[in-house]
Amino acid sequence: MKILLIAESREGKLLGGSYELVAFAAKMNAESVMFLVGSDSVLPKYDGKVYLADAASAGEYNPDTHKQLILDVVGKENPDMIALCHSSYGWDLAPRIAYALKAAQVSEVVGVVDGVPVVPVCNSKLRRDVKAKTAKTVVTLQAGAFGLSEEPSGTPAVEKVSGAAAGRVQLTGYEQAATGGVDLGKAQVIVSAGRGIGKPENIAMIAGLAKALGGEYGASRPVVDAEWAEHNRQVGTTGQTVAPKLYVACGISGAIQHLAGMKKSEFIVAVNTDRDAPIGDVADVLVVADLKQFVPVLTEKIQAL
Amino acid sequence: MKIMVCIKQVPDMESKFKIDAGGTWYAKTDLAWRMNEYDEYAVEQAVQLKEQVKDADVTVLCIGPDQVKETMKKALAMGCDRGAHVADDNVEGKEPFQIAGIIAEYAKDKNFDVIFTGMQSQDRGSGQVGILVAEMLGLPSVSTVVHFAYAGGAIEAKRELEGGVKACVKVQAPAVVTCQLGLNTPRYPTLPNIMKAKKKELLSTPVQDLLKVDARQETAKMYFPEKKGGGQILEGDVAELADKLIRILKEKTAVLA
Repeated sequence: MKILLIAESREGKLLGGSYELVAFAAKMNAESVMFLVGSDSVLPKYDGKVYLADAASAGEYNPDTHKQLILDVVGKENPDMIALCHSSYGWDLAPRIAYALKAAQVSEVVGVVDGVPVVPVCNSKLRRDVKAKTAKTVVTLQAGAFGLSEEPSGTPAVEKVSGAAAGRVQLTGYEQAATGGVDLGKAQVIVSAGRGIGKPENIAMIAGLAKALGGEYGASRPVVDAEWAEHNRQVGTTGQTVAPKLYVACGISGAIQHLAGMKKSEFIVAVNTDRDAPIGDVADVLVVADLKQFVPVLTEKIQAL
Repeated sequence: MKIMVCIKQVPDMESKFKIDAGGTWYAKTDLAWRMNEYDEYAVEQAVQLKEQVKDADVTVLCIGPDQVKETMKKALAMGCDRGAHVADDNVEGKEPFQIAGIIAEYAKDKNFDVIFTGMQSQDRGSGQVGILVAEMLGLPSVSTVVHFAYAGGAIEAKRELEGGVKACVKVQAPAVVTCQLGLNTPRYPTLPNIMKAKKKELLSTPVQDLLKVDARQETAKMYFPEKKGGGQILEGDVAELADKLIRILKEKTAVLA
């Protein structure tokens, strides 16, 4: 089996997910080649062939152009599978490639059992084994699902590619996350509020527990989207990645995007009414309780210590 | 201006799921159904665009059994003008390529200027349909949008990337836009608008009239993941739970020292 790995770079840096593609190819016992839109200065450590398109001309986000460049490489290499990260770059590009190749696309693969990809369903509450019916398949890999067992190493053999026409979507620039205010990265303790807090007034309860523990409060995406908390308090893929000594997740079910932002915390406590919530998979302690009753009692007892 | 927004009816994700008899999907009984959360943002953006350009017509499309009309009525009450229901009692048996094929077949001769979809569904979560519809119709598409502005046929959007960074992009309509959470603030339908929605056009088309493509993949099996958690589970009276947790925190962490 041969897999074409679609690596990623942004603002002149290779993105870490690119190495997860290499780990996936190893797990599949497959031969691999890589495609990257980047430059000579962002080459991955990889013992294989890298087809390199120049980001200066191809653009870092330019789906029509990147698709055409990838199809040219597919023409040369004839891979059985094309693997991308399940990222803002990968999930955008994958359906375009799958459509052009008349291939099935399997999204957000979390594992492979006997050669069959496994994907999450319903906020990771369920799993699905997926069988492709096409000669070629396109897969996107969930971030963190295929970790490297050792430091990446190697020197790629680079072949430059170019020549695709300009695309219809034009990238005009990047907007960086707003900075200032709270720095969750420095907090030793983070108490986070999820949708389970029910109403914005209950943020105060979460902030109170955080204060009693000498830490800061954070929030999951739905709470930030509802404007119950500022974006600089958001923990997860599109917010901050944190690893405090203690993380207390209150009313957070544990969507993969949230878990990715906090699972490296030293000690994790989850407070949730649902004992089957996916947050339970990463928690050292799961308190099955209504946070609106439990958190004030806990806060009071900690203050009395 | 002609606008289309594609929505899906999904179960509430807090539901207790069971596997159905066939073993390839969740059982559809005893579930509370609602509009896919991402699609609420898509509907809101479609209605905001109509309000901005004034002379516009918004079609809301949904595939599924009769019960999805309830969710379509919410979209109509939010401000969509007409409903295109694709009647299909086995929508969960269609993979994303087929769903996109049905939508593209419906849209191909209707000259929509902008098509909005959610960036993914909460249940299947493939994130493919909107982009596939664009590919099938030969339109450009922008996915994962958290900001949308339209002026004279030009769309300026921001895509959400990882780590809080956004990519600012420009594209010319006609185009497909897939909507990420947080794009806007979806409105609650008002009672007068709910009443008005009851009189809006809601036409059903049998799925076999629009399904012209074959499945490229199938679900072999659906199941619950194995619990990885070696974590301790505490249950009981809240005061006792708090005491227990404090003891554990003193033992295992330094934060209460």
